[in-house]
Amino acid sequence: MGIMTELIIKNLSARVEGKEILRDVNLTVRGGEIHALMGPNGAGKSTLGNVLIGHPNYEITGGSIKLDGVELVGKYPEERARAGLYLAFQSPVAIPGVKLSAFLRTAYKNLHPEEKLSVNDFYKLVSSHLKKVGLDESFMSRSVNDGFSGGERKRLEILQMVILRPKIIVLDEIDSGLDVDALGLISDEILQFFNDQTAFLIVTHYQRILKRIDPQFVHVLMNGKIAKEGDRELALRIENEGYDWIRGN
Amino acid sequence: MEIQNMSKDEEIEKLLESVKNITSKKSDWEFKDSFKPQYTTGKGLNRKVVEEISDIKNEPDWMRRIRLKALEIFEAKPVPTWGPDLSGIDWENISYYNKPGDSNTNSWDDVPEMIKDTFQKLGIPEMEQKYLAGSVAQYESEGVYHSLRKVWEDKGVVFMDLDSAIREHPDLVKQYFCKAVPITDNKFAALNGAVWSGGSFLYVPKGVHIDMPLQTYFRMNNEGTGQFEHTIVVADEGSSVHYIEGCTAPRWDKNSLHSAIVEIYVNKNAKARYTSVQNWSKSVYNMPTKRAWVEENGQMEWVGGSLGSKVTMLYPSSYLRGPHASASNLNISLAGPGTVKDTGAKALHFAPYTTSKIVAKSISIEDGKAIYRGLLRINKGAVESKSHVQCDALLINDESASYTFPHDEIYEPTATFGHEASVGKIGTEELTYLRSRGLSEDEASSMIVLGFLDDVMREIPMEFAIEMNRLIKMEMSKMGAVG
Repeated sequence: MGIMTELIIKNLSARVEGKEILRDVNLTVRGGEIHALMGPNGAGKSTLGNVLIGHPNYEITGGSIKLDGVELVGKYPEERARAGLYLAFQSPVAIPGVKLSAFLRTAYKNLHPEEKLSVNDFYKLVSSHLKKVGLDESFMSRSVNDGFSGGERKRLEILQMVILRPKIIVLDEIDSGLDVDALGLISDEILQFFNDQTAFLIVTHYQRILKRIDPQFVHVLMNGKIAKEGDRELALRIENEGYDWIRGN
Repeated sequence: MEIQNMSKDEEIEKLLESVKNITSKKSDWEFKDSFKPQYTTGKGLNRKVVEEISDIKNEPDWMRRIRLKALEIFEAKPVPTWGPDLSGIDWENISYYNKPGDSNTNSWDDVPEMIKDTFQKLGIPEMEQKYLAGSVAQYESEGVYHSLRKVWEDKGVVFMDLDSAIREHPDLVKQYFCKAVPITDNKFAALNGAVWSGGSFLYVPKGVHIDMPLQTYFRMNNEGTGQFEHTIVVADEGSSVHYIEGCTAPRWDKNSLHSAIVEIYVNKNAKARYTSVQNWSKSVYNMPTKRAWVEENGQMEWVGGSLGSKVTMLYPSSYLRGPHASASNLNISLAGPGTVKDTGAKALHFAPYTTSKIVAKSISIEDGKAIYRGLLRINKGAVESKSHVQCDALLINDESASYTFPHDEIYEPTATFGHEASVGKIGTEELTYLRSRGLSEDEASSMIVLGFLDDVMREIPMEFAIEMNRLIKMEMSKMGAVG
């Protein structure tokens, strides 16, 4: 039996450009669990993802983020990545001239220094997963996200996840911009990757991804606070009724 | 297709590893050695010093006369004030000629131990074995080593330091010496004319195509010295050649001066490529004058990487003298903290159907200043000539700066020319994205910088790309905080 994977977010508050976005957020995610994070636009969902990975534009004003007992607040993004945290960005940025192959290999070496995979074996691994997420091999020599469509960017986020093998994964609206077939491919990759040492926090507005990747826990973020928690029934009710009934509480 | 990509990447990775292994672990080229020159003219410059240099070299009279004339011109010309501040050049405290020793040999075994050690740390003998058709090594003012593979020697190729060439091929040298760059050209060219020492002479006979590059490596070692090499490359009719220069110096406090002349003659239907990687220490004023004369249907390619130095003023120029002559400049400048890179290119179209292409990329770090300064001249009668200039700047920090001063003189109505310029700043989003995948800040920023250079790197020789790659990564990792 391996070590338990556990992310504990306690009383987390954060602001962007002086504006308080998260207030006292509490959330625990353990290996083998799938969580959905829902909430109206502007509730702070993407902020939570960015705060977790240590984006420098987001300032933590209180609380803690512990991954397997290690405090991540105050740590650099790369240290958090090494601890096993991963964010699939909602709008991944294009980086002209930075070749996917070189970038991914550097990232992989940093995150798994103990694994001595030859360049060829590494590329074979990447190639096989490129196919699985529906991208052809030519993407390997393209610049990261540069000239990619919205859907291609999302596929690449999942590809990176599979190659880099993080433990706690935040998927920020991974379903937006994907057609039904692409969503199917991506979901299969996610489910194949999922095990009792990994956990997902799926940020979404829609049922269509939650139908494929069934969450045991659903959290609703409103005005920077967790306003409601429940199971998949909660997600269904939101799909049918919106958020007003929670606001009314 | 991918397999090819993979193996190329793998090859680059292996080469990078091997480069790492053969260079000193400590801080690469910044090591100093305690070698003292065997002879020096001491500090300062006057007629006596120039005569002394000429005496030591036991030169023909015509050369001595050029030196003395050049000294007069140097003394008469004011220090240029239209560019970066040059007031830090301490003319009186520079020693203008420093002879490392007596030997100039074609066997590394005969090079004095300490100097040999220096070049070994820089990986020169190993490079020579692997990639080069010939090699010259200069230490302070004189060449200490030269070699040329027999196959090229047999075809009449001449490659040696200029001093030796004057002794062995006086007529050939005289034909080209200071023709493209006359001693009247500018103050620094005049200075070079007066005190020049070392540099290379490369002559490629008609129709000879040298398929491996030839390299000269310049090393400055002692502080407060000047290095004034004069290099001449002649690609005779229908020949082709690739000549590479590398330069380094250790880190000093006292300012030093490097003022070279490079003259390249691309004759009819010939092709010459000149690649240089300059990585001087941050106390060096680097003021070379580089020029190519390109005759009918000749092709000249300048590839330059300018790192280090305190101030660099460098504008390799191409004089397109014959119909259908062409020139391209690819230049990468890195302006580190406290440094000024005033670099660019000149293209002068004198003949019909000539083309020039200039791509300049600069990176400014902290308060580093990168300036593009260029001249494009298309004379009347240079019908249907074409030119394209592209300059891109990347600023790493808020206080980093970049300026562009293109200057166009177009006198021919049928000529076409275009300019493109861009300035970008390294972004938090890009950095954070890469870091969130486990890359350190250094790795992320050097990857973004190299990405910015990618389109140039694709067009340049692989060994050069690797060296630039390595140097930029080192420069970025010294930076610490970025953004």
